[in-house]
Amino acid sequence: MSQDCIRLEFKVDSENFASAGSASESVKTQLKLLGIGSSDVRRVAIAMYEGEINMVIHADGGKATVEIYHDRVEIILADRGPGIADIALAMKEGYSTAPEDIRALGFGAGMGLPNMKKNSDEMRIESKLGIGTTIYMTVRLT
Amino acid sequence: MTDVKKLIEILNAETINFSENREITTGYCGDFLSFVISKAPVGAAWFTVMSNVNVAAVALLAEVPAVVLCEGVKPDEGLSARCKAEGINLISTELDAYGASVILGNEIK
Repeated sequence: MSQDCIRLEFKVDSENFASAGSASESVKTQLKLLGIGSSDVRRVAIAMYEGEINMVIHADGGKATVEIYHDRVEIILADRGPGIADIALAMKEGYSTAPEDIRALGFGAGMGLPNMKKNSDEMRIESKLGIGTTIYMTVRLT
Repeated sequence: MTDVKKLIEILNAETINFSENREITTGYCGDFLSFVISKAPVGAAWFTVMSNVNVAAVALLAEVPAVVLCEGVKPDEGLSARCKAEGINLISTELDAYGASVILGNEIK
């Protein structure tokens, strides 16, 4: 089985809240060009968008790496933000630490991490307080 | 089933950006963007009062045929520019999300 992959890297810029979502948009375009099915494309794009938004809101941006294999897409989101104190609590639907001004924009529903889990087949969170968070997601292509 | 042109007419809506007349099969009401991207059905007109540029990213990801700003809300500059650039249909109505949904529901029925 070939392990060749297409690797894409994005810097998620915290300065530009308006462009948040641009990395997931370009991944979506790339996956469509590769002929990947629309429901798989949608899952990858949603999982990645939520991750991007989280990095912008909570971590001053970060780095997103996407590896496209023949049978799966691996997404790695790494930031040097404050870290997640209680991962189980953060995973709970409706729990959010987003500030009020961010909520006014339509974020902070406490659905970001749950949406990432829902739209990926595997998800792992590594986080250290004061150091940062890295999230690994795998979306299997159907 | 209806389409964007008909929706503009029945909601007496202002067209902010019209790119392509897409089919509308249902509707979705919501302002929290995470709910919209994960729950809006394919083919749904999206009714919201959110008017910032992030609405465009969500509309693209959810592939909604039209975004309907309700209660007379107007888009901020970033949103209308991004909708024009990305070909997202964006309209504005004086109706609230419920009122607009009822009209769409009656049209689709």
